[in-house]
Amino acid sequence: MQCHFTVYRFNPQADKKPRYHEYRIDAEPTDKILDCLNKIRWEQDATLAFRSSCAHGICGSDALMINGRVELACQKLVRDFKTGNNFVIEPLPLFEVVKDLIVDLEPFFEKYRQVQPYLKPGKNDSDKEFIQQAENQEFIEPALRCILCASCTAGCPINRANPDYLGPAALLRAFRYIFDSRDSITEERLERIDTEDGIWGCKTMWWCTEVCPKEIPITKCLGQIKRAVKQKDKGG
Amino acid sequence: MKHQYDVIIVGAGLAGLRAAVEIGKDAHVAVLTKVFATRSHSGAAQGGIGAALGNEEEDHCEWHMFDTVKGSDYLGDQDAIEILANDAPRAIYELENLGVPFNRTSEGKIAQRAFGGHTRNYGEAPVKRACYAATRTGRVILDTLWEQSLQRGIEFFDEFQMLSLIGQDGQCCGVVAYELSTGKLHTFHCKAVMLATGGAGKIYKTTSNAFASTGDGMAIAYRAGAPLEDMEFVQFHPTGIYKLGILISEAARGEGGILLNNEGERFMERYAPVIKDLAPRDMISRCMLEEMRAGRGIDGKDYFHLSLTHLGEDVIEKKLAEITSFARTYAGVDPVKEPIPVQPTCHYMMGGIATDADGRVIVDEQNTPFAGLYAAGECACVSVHGANRLGCNALLDTLVFGRRAGMALKAFNQSVARPKLPAKPEKNDADTIQALMNSTGKETSGPIRAELQESMMENVSVFRQKDSLNTALAKIAQLKKRYQNLSIQDKGNCFNRDLLDAIELGHLLDLAEVITRGALHREESRGAHSREDFPERDDKTFLAHTLARYDAVKGPQIFTKPVTLTKFEPKERTY
Ligand SMILES: Cc1cc2nc3c(=O)[nH]c(=O)nc-3n(C[C@H](O)[C@H](O)[C@H](O)COP(=O)(O)OP(=O)(O)OC[C@H]3O[C@@H](n4cnc5c(N)ncnc54)[C@H](O)[C@@H]3O)c2cc1C
Ligand code: SF4
Ligand code: FES
Repeated sequence: MQCHFTVYRFNPQADKKPRYHEYRIDAEPTDKILDCLNKIRWEQDATLAFRSSCAHGICGSDALMINGRVELACQKLVRDFKTGNNFVIEPLPLFEVVKDLIVDLEPFFEKYRQVQPYLKPGKNDSDKEFIQQAENQEFIEPALRCILCASCTAGCPINRANPDYLGPAALLRAFRYIFDSRDSITEERLERIDTEDGIWGCKTMWWCTEVCPKEIPITKCLGQIKRAVKQKDKGG
Repeated sequence: MKHQYDVIIVGAGLAGLRAAVEIGKDAHVAVLTKVFATRSHSGAAQGGIGAALGNEEEDHCEWHMFDTVKGSDYLGDQDAIEILANDAPRAIYELENLGVPFNRTSEGKIAQRAFGGHTRNYGEAPVKRACYAATRTGRVILDTLWEQSLQRGIEFFDEFQMLSLIGQDGQCCGVVAYELSTGKLHTFHCKAVMLATGGAGKIYKTTSNAFASTGDGMAIAYRAGAPLEDMEFVQFHPTGIYKLGILISEAARGEGGILLNNEGERFMERYAPVIKDLAPRDMISRCMLEEMRAGRGIDGKDYFHLSLTHLGEDVIEKKLAEITSFARTYAGVDPVKEPIPVQPTCHYMMGGIATDADGRVIVDEQNTPFAGLYAAGECACVSVHGANRLGCNALLDTLVFGRRAGMALKAFNQSVARPKLPAKPEKNDADTIQALMNSTGKETSGPIRAELQESMMENVSVFRQKDSLNTALAKIAQLKKRYQNLSIQDKGNCFNRDLLDAIELGHLLDLAEVITRGALHREESRGAHSREDFPERDDKTFLAHTLARYDAVKGPQIFTKPVTLTKFEPKERTY
């Protein structure tokens, strides 16, 4: 069937300002939006730029806006939309456009690096694995689903207002280590983010949870951090 | 632009990152990767990583070794397989101590589950050997190793694509890379290069592999004179989602899922009475095609049902989370209530750049090293997988041999000086790009790639025979000719996918030719290579590795190398 794509185009090196380009393609209801973009590139316009790799929602390359909503292009099918086969495709908000649908994610990863995203293990008395209770592993499990696609951070209104806010993805990674029973610097981790640009930047707007393609209850996880920070402040 | 390092690692999947973590501060190292590190295809690995920890039931490294040897249809080198199996528990404990969040047993140990071809006591029954984190095992290991690299201050050049290797005085001493965001060429001058560029599934139409899996490292090393080993062995995983190829991990069967034909029969019971649906992949894929030929595919078509409904919602949602969501999103079926439609999908290259067990690339049957060039992971062939890889052994391979390559690189770095850079090392690549950009040819990569993928799927997949292989070779030759007439529509220099597609297509064409030549040469059936015109395994003539050397004029030159046998004599392979 015929689908109509309106796609954001901008090459900062050559263009004064962004424009929208219209493409008509034949697509199946079961085609992914990523398939459609590939079709446009392979058959009509080789200059269209976007990222992709795994094509099944696991690498996090192709977060962008479809009809005004942040989505993974490879995880949405044509039939998932009730917009009469009309699609508007735009880059992620918040980040600077490098070309067309490709944005510069360096600021996103910079925030991520700030939360010490690695285990600082306590002492392991065994020469084998750390013993970790299954419940503890399950508690941090939601955060393990994160594919670093940046959808949540791009969709968060606080991030737009305050560029210094760590943002949901970085805080979710902090959650993953704060609550990992094998980690030894919980206090330090909590202290680090006990700031307005840290965990208190989150005003529980739920937008991140709403857009996360891996259905991670981000806002809830951030709530757990807030509770832990308060506990620490009470000295308990 | 010029950069100087001791060691350049190309590839930020598990093999590249494990080597980088090993080297750490002991040498000045940088990692180049064409997709951002965490987008590497290792992140797609679902089911698990094998090690005889014995956390759930009795297990031994020697059982693991035996299963791998048998799984390889006796083509794997047993000295290397012994290293793989014996080093596995150490590798897993190390990962766990670095923070990998494996699922846990009720005692808080690393949980394990059953996987295809992994058995207790030399084939008696399936054994729980796969360590896992739900169905995102690769992803959590990739994230952990990437984070460990950040902590160690490893330098990354993300979205830099290697175009060629630089050599001087018989030693590899650098890499030319293309910066995706600017179109600039960079020269990385170093003492040694390690290739960890992953697989090449994009040679085939239906595949579980990523767009980035175009075999760049294999093709570039091959053109630089490194032979490729055992390339005819291509793994088709039995359970890709019908028509899409997206993988439904073997973990689904490890947890108890079963395959059904159109009569609702659990057909694997007939072919592998002992381990049934947990038979190795080569065997199940073949059985599926045979069932299909007998008219027992679902609705008479080329797919089957993978049924999980009897496992219960809890197991499906918790232990098989990702694949459940894939089935819902892409196939529109809910595995809790309905079976998933599946068919074989191109999954893994057993072959690759020939190396020894320390990641040194070798140039001949005497294992003479290619000075300064190393490789590990899916792009390399040690060989531990022989003619057929067992599930869970690929991740293990990247970690065990990625680490060993890292150790060998450290020693090499201590022992040599940095060779001088030859004059204008990037000239060749600059010329190639210029020629492509200026070409007024009538061809574009899309159709050539599609025809290649279709021909390889049709002629060089699970079953092969002389005629089909010759058809494929003729097609490849014709496509290579058309490739000479390629032109690039995108004239820009920022994320010019059109140009990179063209370069990658050149790699796919070369590798397809090597695979097909090797398959023609091997007049026997072994592991994933089934010749209908030679249905038996022939140990007398073909218990040997196939090596292919590049020859610009004559095409791949085939020679062989003996297999290392130590503990286990080749036997008939039944399950
Ligand atoms: C869907 C799926 C599920 C799997 N599940 C399992 C499993 O459960 N257990 C198991 O053991 N195995 C599994 N495998 C196999 C296993 O995941 C892979 O074999 C393994 O991860 C490969 O790792 P690697 O480090 O060699 O390469 P990759 O992870 O593929 O990384 C390749 C790297 O090289 C870079 N690169 C490539 N070309 C260039 C270039 N020209 N210039 C610069 N950089 C380049 C890429 O950017 C990337 O960083 C699975 C595979 C797939 C596809
Ligand atoms: S939390 Fe969700 S939306 Fe945010 S980066 Fe991770 S996967 Fe993407
Ligand atoms: S392409 Fe990997 S998440 Fe979409």
